[in-house]
Amino acid sequence: MKKEDKRHMIVGRRDFCKLILGGLGLLILPTMPSFASRKRGYERWYGTKYNPKEHRYGMGINVDRCIGCGRCVDACKKENDVPDEPFFFRTWVERYNIGEKEEVTVDSPNGGEEGFKNNTQEKKILRTFFVPKICNQCDNPPCVQTCPVGATYKTDDGVILIDEKYCIGCRYCIHACPYGMRFINPRTRTADKCTFCYHRILKGLSPACVEVCPTEARVFGDLSMVASPLRRFLRMNKIMILKPQLNTEPKVYYAALDMEVR
Amino acid sequence: MDYGTANLWPLLKEVTGYIFPNEIELHWGLLVVIYPYLTGLVAGAFILASLVKVFNVRELQPTYRLSLLTALAFLIVAPLPLVAHLSRPERALEIFLTPSASSAMAMFGFIYVWYLMAVLLLEIWFDHRHELILRAEKEKGLKRVFLRVLSLYTKDIRPAALAFDKKAVYVITVIGVPSALILHGYVGFIFGSVKANPWWSSVLMPIVFLFSATVSGIALMLFLYMVITLFRRRKLDMACLDKLASFLFYMMLIDFTLEGLDFIQRVYQAEESIKIIGQMISQRIFVSLIVIQVLLGMLLPLIAIASVKIFRFPAELKRLIYFVSAILVQVGIFATRWNVVIGGQLFSKSFRGLTTYKIGIGGMEGLLVSLAFLILPFVILFALVKILPPWEEDDIRRRAPASN
Repeated sequence: MKKEDKRHMIVGRRDFCKLILGGLGLLILPTMPSFASRKRGYERWYGTKYNPKEHRYGMGINVDRCIGCGRCVDACKKENDVPDEPFFFRTWVERYNIGEKEEVTVDSPNGGEEGFKNNTQEKKILRTFFVPKICNQCDNPPCVQTCPVGATYKTDDGVILIDEKYCIGCRYCIHACPYGMRFINPRTRTADKCTFCYHRILKGLSPACVEVCPTEARVFGDLSMVASPLRRFLRMNKIMILKPQLNTEPKVYYAALDMEVR
Repeated sequence: MDYGTANLWPLLKEVTGYIFPNEIELHWGLLVVIYPYLTGLVAGAFILASLVKVFNVRELQPTYRLSLLTALAFLIVAPLPLVAHLSRPERALEIFLTPSASSAMAMFGFIYVWYLMAVLLLEIWFDHRHELILRAEKEKGLKRVFLRVLSLYTKDIRPAALAFDKKAVYVITVIGVPSALILHGYVGFIFGSVKANPWWSSVLMPIVFLFSATVSGIALMLFLYMVITLFRRRKLDMACLDKLASFLFYMMLIDFTLEGLDFIQRVYQAEESIKIIGQMISQRIFVSLIVIQVLLGMLLPLIAIASVKIFRFPAELKRLIYFVSAILVQVGIFATRWNVVIGGQLFSKSFRGLTTYKIGIGGMEGLLVSLAFLILPFVILFALVKILPPWEEDDIRRRAPASN
């Protein structure tokens, strides 16, 4: 390019490139302050005495002990104000009937909230059992990974929570959860799921479902405490988790889990 | 109190087998089908435009500018169905403001803005700058101001500046091709990375999305070029049409091969989920997958265009075959998006049962809104064509000699 040409140019090539790159850089700016200032709501709940880093919560479920009474489902709905309709559950109970020819039927009428009607007379049953299901509070949670705004997060004590004031309702987390644990709460129009009754466990109480279980099929505890009932549960039983091949590292541990359960 | 859950009750009867209780509600409906469909058209139309600039396919010159405007029109609409499907649309901007670095979806805003601002708008601006300046000189009043604003008040039309424009268009297209690939490959990744869902979880997903995007984009331009030329009462450039059909044919071959490969891999590996996926295909999406996507949307147009290549058909028949093929391909690619998005939600993650999806007429997720999102890009394209005429014969540069 001639010298004269350059002089007449309104914007030079170098300046032009700078403008473009600078303009693109500006796009990142608005994200900076929000990254820095974002403070989780739950940190306010802890107070001075509770240190979340000292805990790591989990649950044990003994399949052989569950009688399918559905008290846990009912208690959960009441404690956490989960909508009544049969499409929204933070926990539910499944019944497995395995027939003589190994054919499997599963049901969970209204999440098992009202218990189950006897159906063993209908055909010859090889074995039958109940399986309570609850958010697995994964250590490697796909829901947290996929949430585009960080509304779903893992606390220092290992519980996965949802900030309902922040969730945009994109439902990506619902698809990411391999266990079908999440739903859109029709009242808040945000994602919802089990919190291990976080409001209770911070006070040293058990989750509602554990509290009401008449057979102690559910055991809640702190994995970081040697003397916790959960540690004893893990010591005394052969343990299995759901869908181990997906590497989600659940903290809900099953004893006597059948291979048919997914 | 009703929270809008009344429509879920009838679905209970449609369930076969066992699904988890929270799975009755299907979470990504028609709007999320439209989103990858629209972005695919954007990427495809841009790749077609790049064939002219980067790969120097001269026959396609008549569609170059129209392709860019089409890509822009569809890109403007593409995020709208996404925002509309959010249950908290008022918080949509949080994706830009507080993105979570680990989320595939959070990157959408950045990829979108990059593609819109750094690629499409820039390329169109450089491509039209000279004309905008010349047109502004001829107009008066508001129209002049409008054209001046569009040209960003640049006035430099000396040969060196025009040469820079040309160079800029080339460089942007070179950057634009991988950007277009990323834009749609990324949409495929959103689905392909969901390990919880065996129908989506596939490494091939982004690649299949890419090629189907290119197929749909070329088919759309073939369709638009024919229809618009007809309305403008001009003669169709047969060499251009043949080239478009050729590219469409080869892209479809690649796309079909990849989709076939994905399918064979699934069947042969026969993982845990194969049984329920087989049931889902045969009982829920047989018509949309086998009949519409594969037979009508893929095999029939492939055979039709192949026969045009093998036999010597009169031009009239050729045009008819191209036109019908373009429409069939569009329907087929829409069915592809449907089968991915909806199909992936019709079986339970317990792999023990199937659910169903019913489209409503009204409402945000309903048919009417969805149709509006499909029509809107054409309205925007109409306006864009009025503002930035892409036709060579209307090019003011042909009439006015370039001033100093």
